[in-house]
Amino acid sequence: MFGISDPGIYLAYLLVFLCVIFAVVYGIVNWNKGGTDNTLPLEEDIKWEEEELKIKEDEA
Amino acid sequence: MNTFVLGLIVLAYLISLTYLGFKGYRKSSTDKDYLLAGGEIHPFVMAISYGATFISSSAIIGFGGVSANFGMGLIWLTFLNMFVGVVVAFLFFGRKTRRIGHRLNAHTFPEFLGKSYNSKAIQVFAGAIIFIAMPLYAAVVLKGGAVFIEKIFEIDYNIALLLFALVIAAYVIAGGLRGVMYTDALQGTIMFASMIFLLIWTYKSIGMGFVEANRHLSEMASAVPDKLQAIGHMGWTAMPKSGSPWWYTLVTSLVLGVGIGVLAQPQLVVRFMTVKSTKELNRAVLIGCVFILATTGIIFTVGAVSNIFFMQTEGQIAINVVKDVDKIIPEYIKASMPGWFSAVFMLTILSASMSTLSSQFHAMGTSIGRDVVSTLSKKQRNNTRITRSGIAFAIIISYVICYTLSIGVIARGTAIFFGICAATFLPAYFCSLYWKRTTAKAALWSMISGFAASLFALLFMHAKESEALGISQLIFGKPVLFAKIPWPVLDPMIISLPVSIIVIVAITLLSNQKEIKTVSA
Repeated sequence: MFGISDPGIYLAYLLVFLCVIFAVVYGIVNWNKGGTDNTLPLEEDIKWEEEELKIKEDEA
Repeated sequence: MNTFVLGLIVLAYLISLTYLGFKGYRKSSTDKDYLLAGGEIHPFVMAISYGATFISSSAIIGFGGVSANFGMGLIWLTFLNMFVGVVVAFLFFGRKTRRIGHRLNAHTFPEFLGKSYNSKAIQVFAGAIIFIAMPLYAAVVLKGGAVFIEKIFEIDYNIALLLFALVIAAYVIAGGLRGVMYTDALQGTIMFASMIFLLIWTYKSIGMGFVEANRHLSEMASAVPDKLQAIGHMGWTAMPKSGSPWWYTLVTSLVLGVGIGVLAQPQLVVRFMTVKSTKELNRAVLIGCVFILATTGIIFTVGAVSNIFFMQTEGQIAINVVKDVDKIIPEYIKASMPGWFSAVFMLTILSASMSTLSSQFHAMGTSIGRDVVSTLSKKQRNNTRITRSGIAFAIIISYVICYTLSIGVIARGTAIFFGICAATFLPAYFCSLYWKRTTAKAALWSMISGFAASLFALLFMHAKESEALGISQLIFGKPVLFAKIPWPVLDPMIISLPVSIIVIVAITLLSNQKEIKTVSA
């Protein structure tokens, strides 16, 4: 692949190209997505709080 | 190159830097402006600044020369730079860091860690480690830039070093992080454009395309000198022999050490807190990846392909034509590129050095000023003034260290700092984002043990440092504690990072959760 016979090298190039394609697609798809509000809880914050409650319950 | 034209180009560059530094100064009236560029930086500026800070002149000149000598195995580093250094860093670390950092009102990386764990000790310790360890990294980059100026302008090294340090000091001290990031964006753009030209002209000058050049390079494997074959060199389009000394250096030190170490670089982490929303980070993933591909991806490829050029023109491979690895890329540029490009490339190297240095100075200054002095001081003081003094102090220290270093330590100094940062900060930083149960005590001990393990591995195990420092010889009567491969060539981070991970997990699991405050994000 790419004129290189060692998979240790052509795999690295392949991953580099796949990574840049992912970044370009991700960047374009999410170009205008994403909030500015730092106070509203996100889904992961809610999960975090649930985990916190569980830790406290386990200790009680 | 005509000296007058060269002078004009440099003058235009300096005027642009002055303007951008002044722009940063005018817009910096609060602590948040000075430390976080106001928290509303444009995604293009943020991504290019991140990339330009990350990629120093040692990545282009030092690692570019290494790829000319040892081949395309370094492309794995480009992959990790993009995947870990941009995709994972921005999406899994950056988004949460930005949000939590804003919520905690953190202005620096140590402050972020300290407030996350409700621990001033963590903030002060992290600030002190940055201030102790970073001057070595800054000094090697500073020295590299000064040597380059000395050669190009044929002026005295001492004058070159002083001028170089003063120019950077002016816009960092005056403009704060705004000044740093605006100038980074200009410098990153110069780097990007000149690398694209370098790639196109390289294939044009050898008269081949990417695939054809790779095939040709594969056929040249028999030209590898015997002494390189002995340490594992198998050709420029092949990985080194598995388990050989060069394989360990490439995989553990250059690829993993630098590739993973980027996640806990204080001067890079702080950039996540400079943007207003996750929208900017999403956009920065695209810009950052393309920038890394265009810098390290191109220079590592061009470095290897330069062997074809030297074989065509001189009948020998690069390392036989240019004996010093650090001089292969500059000599290749001089021999293969149009005359005007030498001047542009000089600006590229200066830009790569300055963009890394300015962020290092800013990170060191804020660490000693805000995280150590202001945190320990009981009096209310003018924080920005203390930080400015801290930056000035950091620049002076780095300047003094320059006189104690040899030029050969550039790439090593970079890898040492990345390794220390990963072992000291990465587990505590990761847990502050993703493991609520982590205790402040566990985080602090993880940082202390990671730093101590890094020092131990550097002083007694990793041959390059332990042999040079001689402490192992003095105490144990031998240059390294374990002489059997892989220990002397295994990167210190491979030993120290697991230590700090084990410590943070073990202490957290053993801690009484009722007594100790946990992550407050």
